[in-house]
Amino acid sequence: MQERERIFNRPSLQFLGLLGVVSAAVTAANLGLPEGSMLHVSTYAVTLLGKYLTFALLAVAVDLVWGYLGILSLGHGAFFALGGYAMGMYLMRQIGDRGVYGDPVLPDFMVFLNWKALPWFWFGFDHFSYALIMILLIPALLAFIFGWFAFSSRVTGVYLSIVTQALTYALMLAFFRNEMGFGGNNGLTDFKDLLGFNLHTDGMRISLFLASAAALAGGYLLCRVIVCSKLGRVCVAIRDAEDRARFIGYKVERVKVFVFTVSAILAGVAGALYVPQVGIINPGEFSPLNSIELVVWVAIGGRGTLLGAIIGALLVNYGKTYFTAALPEVWLFALGALFVLVTMFLPRGVAGLLKRKEAAS
Amino acid sequence: MNEGQYFHGPHDPGLVLGRKAQASPNLDIKGDIILYMESVSVSFDGFLAINNLNLYIEDGELRCIIGPNGAGKSTMMDIITGKTRPDSGSVWFGQKLNLLSMSEPDIAQAGIGRKFQKPSVFENHTVFHNLDLAMAGPKSVFPTLRARLSGEQREQIDEVLELTGLADLRGRQAGYLSHGQKQWLEIGMLLMQRPKLLLIDEPVAGMTHQEMDRTGELVTALAGERSVVVVEHDMDFVRSIAKKVTVLHQGAVLAEGSMDDVQRDPKVVEVYLGEATC
Repeated sequence: MQERERIFNRPSLQFLGLLGVVSAAVTAANLGLPEGSMLHVSTYAVTLLGKYLTFALLAVAVDLVWGYLGILSLGHGAFFALGGYAMGMYLMRQIGDRGVYGDPVLPDFMVFLNWKALPWFWFGFDHFSYALIMILLIPALLAFIFGWFAFSSRVTGVYLSIVTQALTYALMLAFFRNEMGFGGNNGLTDFKDLLGFNLHTDGMRISLFLASAAALAGGYLLCRVIVCSKLGRVCVAIRDAEDRARFIGYKVERVKVFVFTVSAILAGVAGALYVPQVGIINPGEFSPLNSIELVVWVAIGGRGTLLGAIIGALLVNYGKTYFTAALPEVWLFALGALFVLVTMFLPRGVAGLLKRKEAAS
Repeated sequence: MNEGQYFHGPHDPGLVLGRKAQASPNLDIKGDIILYMESVSVSFDGFLAINNLNLYIEDGELRCIIGPNGAGKSTMMDIITGKTRPDSGSVWFGQKLNLLSMSEPDIAQAGIGRKFQKPSVFENHTVFHNLDLAMAGPKSVFPTLRARLSGEQREQIDEVLELTGLADLRGRQAGYLSHGQKQWLEIGMLLMQRPKLLLIDEPVAGMTHQEMDRTGELVTALAGERSVVVVEHDMDFVRSIAKKVTVLHQGAVLAEGSMDDVQRDPKVVEVYLGEATC
């Protein structure tokens, strides 16, 4: 019998190997091959792939709390968006005096609103290291405070889901307001540089894509470390029999707060990598619909497997890209139908299907 | 099957039973009383579930608690383990630990283990991991993140596996165990906590006679090193294990003494034994 599950089990090694090979191949095919070549991967496709990878990391974050701890968060998009805003603020400050209004300090939207000085919470964002800390800290802090109150008042199940939904909705409404100082409904955009390098070059696009792949691998491994440890087994115990875990002596609330916070940090990192690739962040990212959609990715991929979440995020987003171009009016129906079908016929998602195949052979 | 094969088999249960129970350093049981419940009352929506209850459990004793449905047996357990807070009264674990000011995990860590009426094990974990999770020791976030099993801990798990007769099933997912095996696993989990006081709620409900006999042996073997409180409906089972019985009725102690004394008590006969299975 296996006493401990190995962090680098076979599926994990296969996934990491595949991710490495694909990243290297895409890089070579984009930079090494001429544009006319059959095997050339366009920079547009590279950016699209990079975006999918950040979604995959976000899905892993959701699976960690939902699949292993049983917390169905319908507000994880909020942490993603906050990480994105922190990155966006840094990118805005990088524009400097090249904005439309040419103000050396103030971003365009502030000049437009007749603001005279930078609000205090924008200070420091001209330094990348400061922005990096905020990318990790802001989602973590929100998750910690929110989790502390929600979990210690023992809000669970559907009620918790509703509260998380309210959280992201409230943030969306707040960020829509111009007075908040985050660009209102236009959000933050017109980014030019990252670390002094032009964002729109092929090299930068590839770098962001590779950074997303590395973040996904790192986030996946971090989650593996947690779920393979005794703490991971405590999580599953809490998911299946919360009271029992409490009577054995585990402080259920603290476990939940810790894992929820780790998950929020991963979501924040995903958001921070997403923003420079798509070139904009606006309050729409806080929309409750986004958060629900990403839960659907995890459900389709198969929850409680981590790899399933990645598969689900990639499949659904590829489908979304394809269908919204080919048959835009069909997409939402297709997504809904997919969710219903998977719930009915593949309760353990695509990952469950793969596992069954493996067991059969 | 061999009588007692499971509990007195090649492996000596004394090894586990003789191991010092893990008691909180604050647990002071001078005076030989491990649990005090004094003038405890609690009501739910005006219904008085526990009414001025006084109960003392001695160190190392095996006590059975009986009573008709609604007598307050489960509520009493809830109060001891911190799930329900009484409206009045006091509950002390030894001389120094005031249970009414402690949370459920703190009470568990202090040395009170509880076995629920329904077998409640972690169904998605193996038998081995169920015992590992229950093991006494640090249970906060970071120690569990780094936890590695030491040789001694592994030995301890092996001993409990032998004692509960689950050694061959150590790798089996707990969800696939039979009803009786789940009950034993749960008792094994309690042993891993090394409690000083064990509360066991209806251990033989739904068991076959054979399983019941084995459970009886297990429960009697557990008392001594630790105190055991058993709440049970099955009178045959109670008679087979009990030295001292407490009868609860309408949230208060109706009678206390040996099984024979209690059965002869006219009040008890009237409210419980008269109408029940005896």
